[in-house]
Amino acid sequence: MDEVQRESLLDASGIAKSFGAVKALSDASLHVARGEVVALMGANGAGKSTFVKILTGALRPDSGKVLIRGTEARVGSPAQARRSGLVPVYQEPSLIPDLDVADNLRLGDTPVDPCLNWVNDLGVDGLRLDHMIADLPLATLRILDLARALAAEPDVLLLDEMTAALPTDLVENVLRVVRAQADEGRGVIYISHRFTEISELCDSATVLRDGRSVGDLKIEPGVENRVVEMMLGAKIDLGARETGTARTNEGIPRIRARGLAVAPKVTDVSFDLYPGEVLGVVALEGQGQDEVFDVLAGFRKPTGGAFEVDGAPVSFGHPADAIAAGLTFVPGDRAEALLRERSVHENIALPFSARAGSWGPLKTRHERERVGHAIDKLQIDTRAKGEVQRLSGGNQQKVTIGRWLAHGVETLLLFDPTRGIDVRTKRQIYPLVRELADQGAAVLFYTSELEEVPLACDRAVVIFNGRVVDVIDAAEADEETLMRAAYGLTEDKAAS
Amino acid sequence: MSIHPEQTAASDPRLVRFGRYLADNPVIPLIAFLFFLISLLEVMRPGIVLPFLGGREGIISTFWVGNLIKFAIPLAMIAACQVLTMLTAGIDLSAGIVATCSAFVCATLMPLIGPVPAVLIAMAVGVVVGLVNGFGVGVVRVHPLIMTLGTGLIATGCLQVYQRFVIATGTEIPAFLEWLGTGRTFAMPNGLFLFIPFAIFIIWLMRATGFGRLLFALGSNEHAAKLSGVRSWQVFLALYALSGLIASVAGLLYLGMIRAPSLSLANPLMLPSVAAAVIGGTSIFGGRGSFAGAIVGALILRVIDTMLTLLQMPEGARIALFGLIILLVTALYVRITGTR
Ligand SMILES: Nc1ncnc2c1ncn2[C@@H]1O[C@H](COP(=O)(O)OP(=O)(O)OP(=O)(O)O)[C@@H](O)[C@H]1O
Ligand SMILES: [Mg+2]
Repeated sequence: MDEVQRESLLDASGIAKSFGAVKALSDASLHVARGEVVALMGANGAGKSTFVKILTGALRPDSGKVLIRGTEARVGSPAQARRSGLVPVYQEPSLIPDLDVADNLRLGDTPVDPCLNWVNDLGVDGLRLDHMIADLPLATLRILDLARALAAEPDVLLLDEMTAALPTDLVENVLRVVRAQADEGRGVIYISHRFTEISELCDSATVLRDGRSVGDLKIEPGVENRVVEMMLGAKIDLGARETGTARTNEGIPRIRARGLAVAPKVTDVSFDLYPGEVLGVVALEGQGQDEVFDVLAGFRKPTGGAFEVDGAPVSFGHPADAIAAGLTFVPGDRAEALLRERSVHENIALPFSARAGSWGPLKTRHERERVGHAIDKLQIDTRAKGEVQRLSGGNQQKVTIGRWLAHGVETLLLFDPTRGIDVRTKRQIYPLVRELADQGAAVLFYTSELEEVPLACDRAVVIFNGRVVDVIDAAEADEETLMRAAYGLTEDKAAS
Repeated sequence: MSIHPEQTAASDPRLVRFGRYLADNPVIPLIAFLFFLISLLEVMRPGIVLPFLGGREGIISTFWVGNLIKFAIPLAMIAACQVLTMLTAGIDLSAGIVATCSAFVCATLMPLIGPVPAVLIAMAVGVVVGLVNGFGVGVVRVHPLIMTLGTGLIATGCLQVYQRFVIATGTEIPAFLEWLGTGRTFAMPNGLFLFIPFAIFIIWLMRATGFGRLLFALGSNEHAAKLSGVRSWQVFLALYALSGLIASVAGLLYLGMIRAPSLSLANPLMLPSVAAAVIGGTSIFGGRGSFAGAIVGALILRVIDTMLTLLQMPEGARIALFGLIILLVTALYVRITGTR
C-alpha cells in the first residue's frame, strides 16, 4: 500500500473459524503496521471478536495464515501471543470478580505500579488495590483492563469495544492514550461501533461482513457512509432524526422524583417523566446516574427524597416491586442480566415465570409469540441461540432489551441500552423506543454516547455531581451543548 | 489486501460436533456406558445377566434386571433431590437422613395410629425439614452445604431422642409400602408404579413449568433472576420443601423394601445420590442438569456396586474403590462433553 517503508507488525489472511454449524469467519484478513491504528469494523455478529480471539491465541482458527513482524507464526495460546507482543482487551471484562485488584494483577503477571499509573492517566481516581472486582463499576473495570494491557508494553494492542461502556470523559482519555501508543510506534487494532471515535482515532479501517473481509479504507472526512455501506451491504441514512415534534407534557407524570438522594454520591435529583415521553439522562462517569437507576429499579433504597409513580408515593424493597409498579430496567452491564448458559428464548421469557403465581405450566404458545416478536423487532442473530454466551456481544445486548419488549412495558429504564450495538440496529432501536413511547410508555434513557440524545430523546436531564443541574430540549441539543452541560458548565442556571 | 479463495473448514469439526451432541444429550453416552458395564459384569460372572448363555432359562434374567431397577429406584429418587437443588447451585445433604427419619417415624407410628396417618406424618417430617432448609438458604442465606448438613445433624439427634420415647411401641410396616417395595408385577418391581409417574413429574417440572425455569435461572445467574422480578427466597423455600418431601417418600419406599427400620436406614444412599446426579450430567455449579441422566447414573452405580460385591472385597476396599470409580466416571464424562 502507500507507505511501504513502515514495518509490518501483524498480517493475517484467509482466517476461517466455525463453531459447529455457525460460520463465524470464512475469509478474514487484516494488516497492521507500526504507528498505525486500524479500525476493525462490522455489524453485530460479523466476527470481529472471534477474529481478535484468534489473533491472540484464545481460539484456534480452522485455517488461515498469521505473520508477526513478517515471519509466519502459530499463536497457540494467549501466553504465547503475549510473548510475541500481541495483547488484547476483550469485549467482556476479563477480571475475576471474587478477587481483589491486587490478586487479579498478580494472576495476570501485571506489573502493579505501571498499571496503576495508567489507571490514573486514563482518568480513574481512587482505585485501591484491595477493592473487590465485583464491587467496581463497569467503566472502571474496562479502564483497568486497558491499563493491564498497556502495562504489558505490547507491540500490537487489540481493543475490542473497549469504550462501549464508557462515558465521554473517559473515552477522550482512552483515545488520547491509544493515539500516543501508536505515535510511539506500536500498532493498534480498534473495534468500536461509534463513528466519532473511529474518525478521531483511526488511520484506516478493515471491514468485515458475515465473516469475510470486504475491503480496507483510509479514514478521511465523509468516509462513514462508505464504511456503513460496506459493513451492511446496503445504504442507510445516518443523518436522519427520529425524534418527533416537541411534546407538551401534561397530566400526572409516570415518575415524579423529588430531591432523591443516595449517600454519598447522589444529593438532589428531581425530575418528572411523563407517559409518551423519552427522557434522556446526560452524565459523565460516576455522577450518580447508576444510583438513581438502582433506586428506580428497586435495587436500593434512597437515603433521602421521595418519588411517586402515577401520583402515588412508592418505596421499592425488591425489583419485583418496581416491576409490579410497571418499572422495568435494562442494566448497563449485560453480564448482570443474562443467564449465560441458557437459551435466547429462556432469557427473554424469564419475567413471565417470575411471580409465584406463574410457576405452573409454561404458556408455550403465548411465550413463543412474544419472544419471536422481540427477536424480530431487534433483529437478534439467533444462529447460536442455544446458549446466550455463544451470541456476539451486540446480540447479547439485544437480548437484554428484548426481555422487556416481550414482556410489555409501561415505564422503561434504559441504562446505556445500545452498548455494543451496531449502527443499523441502533437506527432501529431509536424508532422502537419512540414507538413504545407513542403507545403510552414512559422511557428514561441514559446513554454514554451523547450523540444518541437528540436521536432518541424528547428532553434530557443533566446530572452532575449527584444533582440535576439542567433540563434541555433534546431535539435542539447538539453535541457541544450536551458536552458543556455534562461537564457541569451550565450549573448556574440549575433546574427547578 | 488480497482476496483469498474460500477455504473449506478443517477436519476436526466432526469430533467437536460429536462432543457437543453428547453435551446436549448427556443421557446417550451414559446409557452406552451402562450397557458396557453390564457386559463387563456378564464377563465377570457368566450367566448373571444372560442366563441363556449360562445354560438356564430365558434370554435375559428378568430377575436380575428387576433387582437392579428395584434398588436403583430409591437412589434415583434421592438423586432427584440433588438434581433439583444443584440446578440452583445448591445441594441437599439432609436428604438421606430425612428419608431415614420418615421411614422410622412411619414404622413406629403405624402400630399406634394406623397406616395412612403414619405415612402422612412421615411425609410432613420431610416437608418441615425442607422448609427449615429453604428458610436457611433462601432467607438467611446460609450456604446450602452448611445448612443441609446442619439440619441433617439436628434431625439425626431428634430421631435418637424420639427413639427413646417410642421404644415400647414396636414397629410395623404398612402393607402397601411392602407391596411397593418388595412386590413384582411381570417380574418388574412394583416400585415402578410409584417411580414412573414420579420421574415423569420431575422431568416435566424441570422442562415445562415456570418453577423449573426459575431453578435453572437461579443457578445460572441469581442477579439476573432478581432483575426479572424473581423473589428467590420463595423459590428456595418451595424447592427445599419439595426436596424434603421427595426424600421422605423415597425413605418410605425404602422402608417397604428393607422392612427393617433403623436409625441409619437410608443414610448410605446419601453420597451415591450426589454421585448419580453428577454422573448424570448435573453441574454442582448450577444451571445445568437432567433427571433422566441421574436415573441412568443411579443404575450405573448399582451395577458397579454389584460388581464390587461379586469381587468379594473387604468392605473398606469396596467403599474406597466405589469412591474412586465415581471420580473416574465423572472425570471421563466431563472430558467427553466438555461440561462441568
Ligand atoms: N462459542 C461460540 N459458539 C457458537 N457460535 C459462536 C461462538 N462464538 C461466536 N459465535 C458466533 O460467531 C458469530 C460472530 O461472533 P462475534 O462475537 O465474533 O461477532 P462480533 O463481530 O464481535 O459482533 P458484536 O459487534 O456483536 O460484538 C456470531 O454469529 C456468533 O453467534
Ligand atoms: Mg464482539
